[in-house]
Amino acid sequence: MNSELPIPVANPDSQVYWDSANQERLMIRQCQACKELHFMPRYLCPACWSTELEWIQASGFGVVHSFTIVRRAPMKEFDHLVPYVIALIELKEGPRMMTNIVGQDALETRIGDQVKVCFEARGPAAKVPQFVRHLAKEVAN
Amino acid sequence: MTQTMNSIRNKVAIVGVGESDIGKVPTMSGLGLNAQAARRALDDSGLKLSDIDGVLTAYSFTEPYFMLGSVLCEYLGIKPRYTASMIVGGASPAVMLKHAAEAITAGHCQTVLVCAGENRATGQSRDQAVAALMAVGHPYFEKPYGPSIPAFYAMIARRHMELFGTTEEQMAAVSVTTRQHALLHPNAHMKKPITIEDVMGSKPIADPLKILDCCLLSDAGGAFIVTSSERAKDLRSKPAYLAGIGEYHTHEHLICAPSLTEFGAAESGQIAYRMAGLGPSDIDVAELYDCFSIVPIIELEELGFCKQGEGGSFYQEGHARIGGRLPVNTHGGMLSHAHAGAAGGLFGIVEAVRQLRGGLGARQVEGAEIALVHNEGGVLSSHCTLILTKDKQ
Repeated sequence: MNSELPIPVANPDSQVYWDSANQERLMIRQCQACKELHFMPRYLCPACWSTELEWIQASGFGVVHSFTIVRRAPMKEFDHLVPYVIALIELKEGPRMMTNIVGQDALETRIGDQVKVCFEARGPAAKVPQFVRHLAKEVAN
Repeated sequence: MTQTMNSIRNKVAIVGVGESDIGKVPTMSGLGLNAQAARRALDDSGLKLSDIDGVLTAYSFTEPYFMLGSVLCEYLGIKPRYTASMIVGGASPAVMLKHAAEAITAGHCQTVLVCAGENRATGQSRDQAVAALMAVGHPYFEKPYGPSIPAFYAMIARRHMELFGTTEEQMAAVSVTTRQHALLHPNAHMKKPITIEDVMGSKPIADPLKILDCCLLSDAGGAFIVTSSERAKDLRSKPAYLAGIGEYHTHEHLICAPSLTEFGAAESGQIAYRMAGLGPSDIDVAELYDCFSIVPIIELEELGFCKQGEGGSFYQEGHARIGGRLPVNTHGGMLSHAHAGAAGGLFGIVEAVRQLRGGLGARQVEGAEIALVHNEGGVLSSHCTLILTKDKQ
């Protein structure tokens, strides 16, 4: 979408995450020993230190845990997007992740809004998970 | 466990404190600001330069030397037998005090200079400063979304508002109260009064935070000198004894915070209270970390000065003012006195020592005998609470 925005950098911990994002799949890790799910992939399970970890595809649904509307961008690359929404999403599976809420009604975001994942191209060969509000009207009544 | 915890209780004291010139000080380097603060702290203590055999410092964004502890020692002409640069973000000064206390008690050194400071106002452009602070954000899972440090704290503030009904006006009351205190401090960066309306109408940064909810970028250095309680008895200035200190760390990046409403200050505070044998009701004055107006509200709650959700009304009802139930940030905090890297939280320690010594005029908390200081680093990630007393408990 915008090649000026930061392009995600994969490392050995996150290669699968970003490769999957590029194929429009949101992946999180689950420990096979203690079954704990966690966001931010690591070499081991942060709960029990088992290294028997599995990638599972998240449903892509979640709830806004908190959010802010950024009025002053920290980096020049984001200036043209101001005001934009940053949120912490509690995924349906449990773990929390950071994202932007995008879409026409993004600035109306509220805590508790239902959201679903979408993917935003960054440069020719990368995509980042983003979220849009989903059934927000029904939730707000 | 208890024995270990009590091993440093009352064993050391802060015997000298110093602040550099504060504000925009383009005539001085970051290391120069450290040196000026150190010199003033040494003068204040009455100790000799040759008495300092330990030096602890933190980090500098404007002068990012690799081995800052060694760099500072060479700049100051000190050859210590104990030194390090410790990076626990804003929690560094309190954590450094803990390490100094442990080193002195264990006999590794006798007198430690703890020093931090940067020329954040004039040593870099504002854009550079904001971009540098983004080093706190996770490079892979936060930065692609364009967050700022205020944005991280804004999400914490928003959650607090949602769950407890905290208002923007209550957060503004933090900034206004803190500014009133700064006006009583001769060396504070900010010199003009502000009103709730000023805060509410100030430039929005990351909703609900506005520029007057955010800490300053100052040129500033701070220093204090720690030695054994035994040695402290007959020095130039009245010692402030370290009665209790505790730290607790839950995460660094906001994506890994266990909660947006429960942080590590509750645990670090409990450790400090237990070591000191004191509780919240014993505290006469508190110097809390206030990088953003929401933060002291949360700390008041976590440290047991009010119930969860009542930190905002505590400020709004005037309890945090000098003369109130628990005066908070009597020097003006990082919102109005100074913020320059680790020096921000260090000034809370400096002010606590001064309050215990007494004689601060209009700024003096009457009968201050026990002071609490809380430092936090990251995004309410790393916490250290300490309790200083006028007399040994």
